[in-house]
Amino acid sequence: MSEHQPKQEPGIRLTEQQQRARRARSIAIAVSLAVLAVLFYIVTLVKGPGVLERPL
Amino acid sequence: MSVTVARAEPSIAGVGDYIELMKPRVMSLVVFTALVGLVVAPVPMHPVMAFTALLCIAVGAGAAGALNMWYDADIDARMARTAARPIPAGRLARGEALAFGLTLAGFSVVVLGLLVNVFAALLLAATIGFYVGIYTVWLKRWTPQNIVIGGAAGALPPVIGWASATGGVGIEPLVLFLIVFLWTPPHFWALSLYRAEDYARAGVPMLPVVAGAAETRRQILRYTLVLAPVGVAPWLLGYAGALYGSTAVLAGGAMVALALRVRAEARGYAASKQMFGFSILYLFLLFAMLLADRMAGGLFAPLWGHFPIGA
Repeated sequence: MSEHQPKQEPGIRLTEQQQRARRARSIAIAVSLAVLAVLFYIVTLVKGPGVLERPL
Repeated sequence: MSVTVARAEPSIAGVGDYIELMKPRVMSLVVFTALVGLVVAPVPMHPVMAFTALLCIAVGAGAAGALNMWYDADIDARMARTAARPIPAGRLARGEALAFGLTLAGFSVVVLGLLVNVFAALLLAATIGFYVGIYTVWLKRWTPQNIVIGGAAGALPPVIGWASATGGVGIEPLVLFLIVFLWTPPHFWALSLYRAEDYARAGVPMLPVVAGAAETRRQILRYTLVLAPVGVAPWLLGYAGALYGSTAVLAGGAMVALALRVRAEARGYAASKQMFGFSILYLFLLFAMLLADRMAGGLFAPLWGHFPIGA
């Protein structure tokens, strides 16, 4: 979509500030999920087969 | 018939606002006391597992903070100390805080249960539930005993730390629980003495608002007189060394001296402010010395037991 010919589409249009905030939040969520995945991976390496043992 | 549906404005909340929801300063104290509970435990814990446990406890504390700010947005808006928080300042919607808090609570408890142990996870869930359900929703607006009973939530992290390492509880973490539990009322009442107007405006029945300053000063002294000897208990029970013992005796004596000054203070709040400031240092010192004692005595054995130095 060209900047010079904005289409008048129905619905919510985000302001630049809202777009920036959303992008920052999305990146933060992505980083958190990546950290979680890496954490599970490392813990699996540390615990080995014992990862399935979860004593109460 | 036309129906008007209220539609929320798209969010402008930044990452920093969400971090603020997690009350990072409270979280740091929670992580610190949990770390001490974990290190004091007699069972060695792999550093990765210890990190995982502390991360889950930190995120769980953040969840409790976010849910507290979700529920207390109206109170926060009326108090000078809290009016700039993300929700009253209009940077973040209440629904966002609720969703964030519930998500973090769920993840922290489930991950702690899956990766560390189920007992610690249940304790974490109970702590979050107690802080939000019992303290925030029920006690805070209802009774001047709010922070006395609610203090239990803030006192549980060392127990969760211990449970992460051992899978159970013992007398040692319960004494740590008792120290934080007994420390909470004098700490918050010292603050509430010089913030009484704020609390009154917000309709929070803190002790100085309901029972007056004189009674609050008496109660601060009473709790401090119980706290000081309990603070020495880890040494008397033999799971902390002389470094801890001497610190607990000296710092406990200083707390009692300050509480006496608060009690005697006829006007102004100089002693109350000093008491509030020193109470933070007191708790930090006690837990730091416990950590130092264990590190020095055990050569990092509890935390680094898997990696014998010089082997």
